[in-house]
Amino acid sequence: MSDEGRKTREVREIRERLSGARGPAFWRSLEELAGTPGFQEILHEEFPRHASEWAEGFDRRRFLQLSGATLALAGLTACTRQPQERIVPYVKQPEEIVPGRPLFYATAATLGGYAMALLVESHEGRPTKIEGNPLHPASLGATDAFAQASILGLYDPDRSQVLTELGTIQTWEAFSKALTTRLAALAALKGDGLRILTETVTSPTLADQLRTLLAKYPKARWHQWESAGRDNVRAGAKAAFGRYVETVYDFSAADVVVSLDADFVMHGPGRTRYARDFAARRKVRGKPRDLCRLYMIESAPTNTGTLADHRLGLTAGEIPAFALALAAEVGVTGVSRPTGLPPRMAALVSAAGAELKAKRGAGIVIPSEFAPPEVHVLAHAMNEVLGNVAPTPGPDQPEGRGTTQHSEPLEVEPIDQLASLKELTSDMNAGRVDTLLILGGNPVYTAPADLDLSKAFLKVPLRAHLSFEDDETSAYCQWHVPASHELETWSDARAFDGSATIIQPLIEPLYGGKSAHEVLSLMLDDPPRTAYDVVRAFWVKPLGDATGREPGTFETKWRRSLHDGIVQIALPKEGMNTPNSLGSNSLGSWVYRNPLFSILGHAAPLAISPDAVTRAATSIAATGIPATSVDGFELIFRPDPTIHDGRFANNGWLQELPKPLSKLTWDNAALLAPAAAARLGVVNGDVVEIAANGRSLRAPVWIQPAHPDNAVTLHLGYGRRRTGRVGSGAGFDANALRTSAALWSVRGATLTKTGETHPLATTQEHFSMEGRHLVRVGTLEEYRREPRFAQEMEETPPRDLNFFPGHPYEGYAWGLSIDLSSCTGCGACVLACAAENNAPVVGKDQVMRGREMHWIRIDRYYAGELDDPRTHHQPVMCMQCEQAPCEVVCPVGATNHSSEGLNDMVYNRCVGTRYCSNNCPYKVRRFNFLKYSDDTTPVLKLLHNPDVTVRSRGVMEKCTYCVQRINETRIVAERESRKIRDGEIVTACQQACPTEAIVFGDINDPRSHVSRLKAEATNYGLLEQLNTRPRTTYLAKIVDPNPALGAAGLEEAGHEPAPHGEATQSEAPRGEGEGS
Amino acid sequence: MTPDLPARSAQAPIIGPGHTSATVTDQISAVVLMKTPRWWFFAFGVSFLLVMMLMYALAYLFTKGVGIFGVNVPVGWGWDITNFVWWIGIGHAGTLISAILLLLRQDWRNSINRFAEAMTLFAVACAGIYPLIHLGRPWVFYWLFPYPNSMGIWPQFRSPLVWDVFAVSTYATISMLFWFVGLIPDLATLRDRTTNKMGRIVYGILAMGWRGSAKHWHNYEAAYLMLAGLATPLVVSVHSVVSFDFASGIIPGWHTTIFPPYFVAGAIYSGFAMVLTLAIPLRALFKLEDFITDRHLQNMAKVMLATGLIVAYGYAMEIFMAWYSGNRFEEFMVKNRMLGPYMFQYWSLIACNILIPQLLWLKKVRSSAPILFVIAIVVNVGMWLERYVIIVTSLHRDFLPSSWGMYSGTVWDKVTFLGTIGLFLSLMFLFIRFLPVISIFEMRAILPEAKKLADEAEEEGA
Repeated sequence: MSDEGRKTREVREIRERLSGARGPAFWRSLEELAGTPGFQEILHEEFPRHASEWAEGFDRRRFLQLSGATLALAGLTACTRQPQERIVPYVKQPEEIVPGRPLFYATAATLGGYAMALLVESHEGRPTKIEGNPLHPASLGATDAFAQASILGLYDPDRSQVLTELGTIQTWEAFSKALTTRLAALAALKGDGLRILTETVTSPTLADQLRTLLAKYPKARWHQWESAGRDNVRAGAKAAFGRYVETVYDFSAADVVVSLDADFVMHGPGRTRYARDFAARRKVRGKPRDLCRLYMIESAPTNTGTLADHRLGLTAGEIPAFALALAAEVGVTGVSRPTGLPPRMAALVSAAGAELKAKRGAGIVIPSEFAPPEVHVLAHAMNEVLGNVAPTPGPDQPEGRGTTQHSEPLEVEPIDQLASLKELTSDMNAGRVDTLLILGGNPVYTAPADLDLSKAFLKVPLRAHLSFEDDETSAYCQWHVPASHELETWSDARAFDGSATIIQPLIEPLYGGKSAHEVLSLMLDDPPRTAYDVVRAFWVKPLGDATGREPGTFETKWRRSLHDGIVQIALPKEGMNTPNSLGSNSLGSWVYRNPLFSILGHAAPLAISPDAVTRAATSIAATGIPATSVDGFELIFRPDPTIHDGRFANNGWLQELPKPLSKLTWDNAALLAPAAAARLGVVNGDVVEIAANGRSLRAPVWIQPAHPDNAVTLHLGYGRRRTGRVGSGAGFDANALRTSAALWSVRGATLTKTGETHPLATTQEHFSMEGRHLVRVGTLEEYRREPRFAQEMEETPPRDLNFFPGHPYEGYAWGLSIDLSSCTGCGACVLACAAENNAPVVGKDQVMRGREMHWIRIDRYYAGELDDPRTHHQPVMCMQCEQAPCEVVCPVGATNHSSEGLNDMVYNRCVGTRYCSNNCPYKVRRFNFLKYSDDTTPVLKLLHNPDVTVRSRGVMEKCTYCVQRINETRIVAERESRKIRDGEIVTACQQACPTEAIVFGDINDPRSHVSRLKAEATNYGLLEQLNTRPRTTYLAKIVDPNPALGAAGLEEAGHEPAPHGEATQSEAPRGEGEGS
Repeated sequence: MTPDLPARSAQAPIIGPGHTSATVTDQISAVVLMKTPRWWFFAFGVSFLLVMMLMYALAYLFTKGVGIFGVNVPVGWGWDITNFVWWIGIGHAGTLISAILLLLRQDWRNSINRFAEAMTLFAVACAGIYPLIHLGRPWVFYWLFPYPNSMGIWPQFRSPLVWDVFAVSTYATISMLFWFVGLIPDLATLRDRTTNKMGRIVYGILAMGWRGSAKHWHNYEAAYLMLAGLATPLVVSVHSVVSFDFASGIIPGWHTTIFPPYFVAGAIYSGFAMVLTLAIPLRALFKLEDFITDRHLQNMAKVMLATGLIVAYGYAMEIFMAWYSGNRFEEFMVKNRMLGPYMFQYWSLIACNILIPQLLWLKKVRSSAPILFVIAIVVNVGMWLERYVIIVTSLHRDFLPSSWGMYSGTVWDKVTFLGTIGLFLSLMFLFIRFLPVISIFEMRAILPEAKKLADEAEEEGA
């Protein structure tokens, strides 16, 4: 008690001392206070063992006690606790930055060298979300999945972070010294032995630097290699025209398209714009004109094939024969129809040929990047003979109206990249290479197996590699230089239509990466310049007023170019396509008027050499139509739909994005036709040994409906041996079977069942609609006969059928419309949603358990015969039901109906019974079964959208119609005392969608875009018969088959029960099988 | 079982011959007062290990999250809710036997009601664990209760899960009271008979000053009857409410009006099966054949047969309605149950719940304790499967084939289930050891009538 008394007394003393202190002295007296003996005493009494915790040392008993306690505490800390955060205000307010208000910067990302124009959202200096650049003709505001995911690539904690020499950390200066020393030695030899290896380059600045370098070192050589490159396109153009040209198609002007295996909505530099233009010609509204009819001749099933009115599945080896027959049919001179054409092919050749001829000048024959050059020659000849190629503009021909345009190549140095890589390899093997500088790319992994590139590497004395990650190639180089991300550096690139974009950084390099410009500057400039200086210096001349055509100074034009994301050179206003004026300007006219060509030379008139056509025809005829029952399989190689050539292997978003057709995640597989799988006696996940070219590979099988029989498709990019934590151990390396003789397909492979199995994670196990009217499909003719055919498939309950009193919607009522005719299934919306809404990546194991967290999924159904089905895509997100089954069952009221008709999720209130998910007929709710969100990796915190809660373990989540965007716009509108305008709110999925399939808006406003779409006769609600009154509705898919060929495969699509197909594929291996 | 079965075996005695008040009291209280048998330590030890396993599983669960179970989307509930419904169902027999049979003056119940009630209580305790631990955020489970809070937030009363909270907690409270009130006279007996000082104190406190005066008995009878009256509607309400969890959903296979009666019948079915599962070994172990006679077993078998038939009717109605409604989703659901990937579970359930129990029509089967024991176990398994089939097969393939999936319990699902069985058995063994498993005073009460019946039987036999 006396102790107690003393303590109180001392505290009182201290209080007195404190109260006696005033103003600044207060702080000083606190410091003094800490030193007072009284305070020390109290401290000691409060924590009596504080000072002597470890004084006695350890015995065994004590050690066990403590380790037990540690374990218990470790367990406690594992319980979810929100991390402590500090808020630091700006000391100096940066210009333009208002905390909480994002800024948008125009820039670009490249894939295969070509630019995808972007608008990047930045919150207080950290980029968080990528959108397409609406001002740019290649994007028109849309993006693809790769662009959406590139933001994760920026923050990827597995990116290489240090410059290394033989594995030891080095400085940039050390590298600089090593390189310049070497160059000094090489200078005497005029650069003999210096080799530079890049990927495809469209960057004018980089080209300028490389050309300067080559001028300085005339004997140095520049090689290019892109694994998923366009050698066939280049070779075809060169054969046909005698020179390299770039071919651009204008789908908005096309009435009929014949695709020779070209997946033009998913692949190639123009994919986003092509998808937009094509879909625009397939939208059915009111009284429609005929659709742009698509004939798809494809080998490995593609997304474009799912949009086709007529699809013909052939092996890759049969495609040239089809091209030849079609060329003969449309009247290309010097070409005769091959004999022994199977009836299936013959029928389609006649029908497609007749239609191409009938619609002269409004047709497109588009060959695949993966088809041999002969097919390209024939396609060029067909477009020429059909009058599809726009006449060359001149003084008397102001506008080149047509569907197909040729122009100067956009690549700075179009070459046969395979030959280039082969030459490099042989030179390395012959010891002719002294210094090899690899600027980007991962050739050791991507090179054809027969080149044995890694072995050749070891014969080069000095090897340096600039790359994002410490990859397979870095392992074979002495120097590894971390590369900067495109969001971290200055550069430039050109899009498929020739327009150039200056790539501007959104953030300082996170991991000290360097760009190719900086590395080249090391070799060219003294002192080396920054990327900004290099890029800006290059554009002074083109943007300067040298020609006298454009008034204004360089600075204003430079700023304008940066702001718009497109380089401003005499930009004709009427040549710009904006999202809302689609079709008013043909793409072609824009390409031709694009004065950027004047920098690199204007397109000269082109003529197809008849010899080339004859040669191509003879070559194809000599091969003939491969026998259908050849020994063994045809191997088809394709870049992976989500991780491309492997460069995105460590990107969790792309790994977890379901492949558009197989819905596989985290793996590639040997895709087989159902019949072939039945013959081999394999099911999904069975590992087969694939042998070809004297090499072999083990891979799990995935049965892919619509796949050609006798063929097996392997996607590149998996089986990475040296990558980050995400990509390690995923899939198998198809490059092991790929040889320089057969880059895209090879015949005579054998498949042997091994008896092993490999678990594959799919997000959709069933492909049949089970006779339910989910995706409603009709032909254009049917639609003209009965526009409401889709609504009549199911009964909709009357509006007054309601157990609880209905909700009045007096203000806004948000709704969404999805046009199933337009959806290509590309998956851009899925990643846009994940990026916008901070959706976590869960990993293969969790996907196999059915716990993927995407708020929007694209359901894929097959209808008709398994070997040749129609494929339908249906994006499904929360339907925001007006009578939501989820709302009534939540015991704590964590999911509520808003006055505007949204089903709001209150994460804080959710206790996680999962009852709402069970009761959701659409199964769109997603549950955090474990702690999926990563809030421990510091750099990944920067990625999160600050407007959206990061969900923790144990709560339910789902699509909110991007409520944060709604609210942001609402605040703006309220401040301006007005209603929210139609189209002012754009959901993330809508914004990313290349085909404008998704439209969001106020359905209380009858004039809004979404209201007008919902008033269409083809509008229907999914499972509307359950009286859920979904706010998301669909426009039925309309196809327009050629009456001459019959509406094959349509009857069963929506009107009759589809076959179950249980035996072959309906149960994918997922989870542990059956329980109990 | 016994070769010289009395002629009126349907009216076989509800208490063995030759018993007086003294022998009844001696024999039943001896179970508690005798030296703890060796096997008890062993059996309790094993059960307690299972409880420890449960504790470990729960610790892991709370650390990692509910994702350690096999649940997913579309199957948001799995073993957790299956076990919940199964345990709640088992908990039904106790109240039914105690309350409804008491009100109906079925004296034969007197020898089984005590441990049936205990069983109810322990089963409800096991059941109560599941709704809590299946939550994504179990630490905020109390949000399901309408407790006053500063934010003025209430539970969402349209949700059957909230009704569940009320139904189950009410049921647990009433069952507890009923059991305890019924125990008071016997606790007094034990207090008076035990030689152990500790026992005297504990039993003494629990007996609440019971001295057996006429006034005590008067009050006691009134209270007991009143509790019985309160408990009776609960037998119907609890499982009806539990069935609403499913019936008020829109999922085919859940959304059906027959669920409440069919669930109640199923609950009684499984409850009696569990009583038999426990009673048969119990009476053998403690030589209580005189009190839990073949007559009891037969009566319980008959109740099982009757409720089993109601359950069978429920199954038949589901199939009929799927066809009669013309609803393609319902139709698919039934087909999928019968022929889909979970057909093994479905047909096992049909075999366990409908086919095998038909043997109970045979008197020979009803009067053979070992066969009854086996059938009871089979019904227990069958009723578990029934809940599994209802939950999993309805959810795993509902409306959109794109979101169909498969479900299987993980090792943690299984460990947790075994753990709750361990908890149930541990509580049961503690109960057997420390409280009279058979109501002593109620057995004494039926002695006169039993004697009369026995005499009659003897006369007839002579």
